[in-house]
Amino acid sequence: MATLSGFELKPILVFGYGNLSRGDDALGPLLLEYIGQQADAVLGSVDILCDFQLQIEHALDLEHRDLVLFADASVACTQAFAFAELSPVRDDSYTTHAMSPAAVLAVYQTIKKQPPPPCFLLSIKGERFELGEGLSVGAQGNLTAACRFAQELLADVDVAAWRQLVSG
Amino acid sequence: MYEHLETAENRDSLKRVVVDPVSRVEGHGKDTLLLDADNKIQQARLHIVEFRGFERFIQGRPYWELPVLVQRLCGICPVSHHLAAAKSIDQLVGVDPENLPVSAEKLRRLLHFGQVLQSHALHFFHLSSPDLLFGFESAIGKRNIIGVLADHPDIAVQGVTLRKYGQEVIRMVSGKRIHGTGAIAGGMNKALSRAERDYLLADIDQIIKWAAVAVALVKKVHCANLPYYDEFATIRSNYLGLVKADGALELYHGGIRASNAAGESIMDHIDYCRYNEFIHEEVRSWTYMKFPYLLALGKENGSYRVGPLARVNLCDFISTPLAEAARVEFKAHSPEAMVHSTLAFHWARLIEALHCAESIKELLHDADLLGGELVAQGEKRYEGIGVIEAPRGTLFHHYQVDENDIVTKANLIVSTTSNNSAMNESVRQVAAEYLSGRELTEPLLNNLEVAIRAYDPCLSCATHAVGKMPLQLELCDAEGTLLDTLIKHSDGNIERI
Repeated sequence: MATLSGFELKPILVFGYGNLSRGDDALGPLLLEYIGQQADAVLGSVDILCDFQLQIEHALDLEHRDLVLFADASVACTQAFAFAELSPVRDDSYTTHAMSPAAVLAVYQTIKKQPPPPCFLLSIKGERFELGEGLSVGAQGNLTAACRFAQELLADVDVAAWRQLVSG
Repeated sequence: MYEHLETAENRDSLKRVVVDPVSRVEGHGKDTLLLDADNKIQQARLHIVEFRGFERFIQGRPYWELPVLVQRLCGICPVSHHLAAAKSIDQLVGVDPENLPVSAEKLRRLLHFGQVLQSHALHFFHLSSPDLLFGFESAIGKRNIIGVLADHPDIAVQGVTLRKYGQEVIRMVSGKRIHGTGAIAGGMNKALSRAERDYLLADIDQIIKWAAVAVALVKKVHCANLPYYDEFATIRSNYLGLVKADGALELYHGGIRASNAAGESIMDHIDYCRYNEFIHEEVRSWTYMKFPYLLALGKENGSYRVGPLARVNLCDFISTPLAEAARVEFKAHSPEAMVHSTLAFHWARLIEALHCAESIKELLHDADLLGGELVAQGEKRYEGIGVIEAPRGTLFHHYQVDENDIVTKANLIVSTTSNNSAMNESVRQVAAEYLSGRELTEPLLNNLEVAIRAYDPCLSCATHAVGKMPLQLELCDAEGTLLDTLIKHSDGNIERI
């Protein structure tokens, strides 16, 4: 697609997804709100993108990026949050309206015929996902810890440094 | 025709097969089949786990929050809820549709065309084209968008780009991809800048071309498989949708038209604010989802279909040339007054996508988008009704507010609810015609999903917690004993327990 003057892409993309009105599903967007309050020195190189869920066209949002951080709620987390590097994977999420970040990377690789930029996933532990609910008590604490960690990440936007921080 | 399969007489002695959840639909659906000892279908039902908390979510909130708040009901068509709510609250501030400023109405139409284009593109290219291009019973590992990307890369990339373009229209008009505040009570909050207009114009000719290619593709697939495509999951139903005053296809604002299976008028150009006089909802004991019907025809005969198939069937013409030519071909392929093929939903959907692309181009050349009056005002009212043609069909929003502008009553009829009876009839038809007497396998069961997916049901599943949507298939014998369980995990692994 054409580019819109005044909408220049920045090298770092932080992509949070979830629904603000569905309990702990709001964790991804709330992490974005926190990052959006950071100093201009941080935000100068960071684009923030929010959506309800991941879809095929989000592969095109990875173009021309040096580093990408996805942020999402997860019921599978055993700790407050987990940090992992992503690889393209053809998983079962292709068959739903909501794709996994690894599946989005696979779409990128297929349509662009090149590997995606380095992408990481910050999963924040969530428990309750009902429409109209706020964050659960547990998720509030998890969000605080994840925000602190994200701040640390954005203070040193270096792939090697991020790889050192991947959860064991 | 297949109503006898809604409830079996000797249910306790039958084998039960559950497909839970149905994949590639928005939300959570479950099929249950009851089989006798010879694998003959005795009962087939589609259970939709519909969330009935919309109204509670909305009541108690100030009306001006509604256009943003209701977007969170659905991660797939938030703009449709946004605009239906905006049309409702226009009335709460005393602004009737004919008094909405011209620029505001055109901006809303542009927003809506972007939404329908991206939704239809996602459904066809991502969710349905794998079935249509590879076959309903092809290998499960291939039946997905990656399979399409591998074997039909041009088609798949065009699908991704059409979807992206629609999202960009939404972003330019409402300021954000989601949670945008484009529409407000009585109008819109901003016009399009020249830079935004030029950005969208740069690609629109290519988008129209690809949308036309997509129509040609779905027509080719459909017509190459006649009469199968005209018979699979097909039911002869009533249809309901909005049309313009001159009978043209209308997605944003019009009167209600309903016709029967023979194409004869049931009602025409009805003010949608009177919907309660014509549409009632029936409750059945085995599902939480209601069954709307046309009061004039009664519960037994009054169910109807909405969405692309209904709209393209009902309209007298389409105002844009390429889509109109496609509509004429679509109608001509059937010997009947109405096209009843359930799989023709796909064809009709892409005709609408083409119409949206053409309409976006027309609007982008309209100077009214760039400025002028954006908000009208009137005298406060206590009730507002907004109806719009969402991608999946007619969407009703109805609100009442008190002296303090707080919503005291909300009623929503979403399109998937209107298609509930029809989806169940299609499931029964497929079960009886294609599954009965055969050993059940995943490819065979996919036939049920193909029938449901044609309707593009949307079940407000904006949440998406990883790992919460496995596919489980259970097989029980005639005594009800569980014989076999297959689970497909979210990573694609299939486990037999």
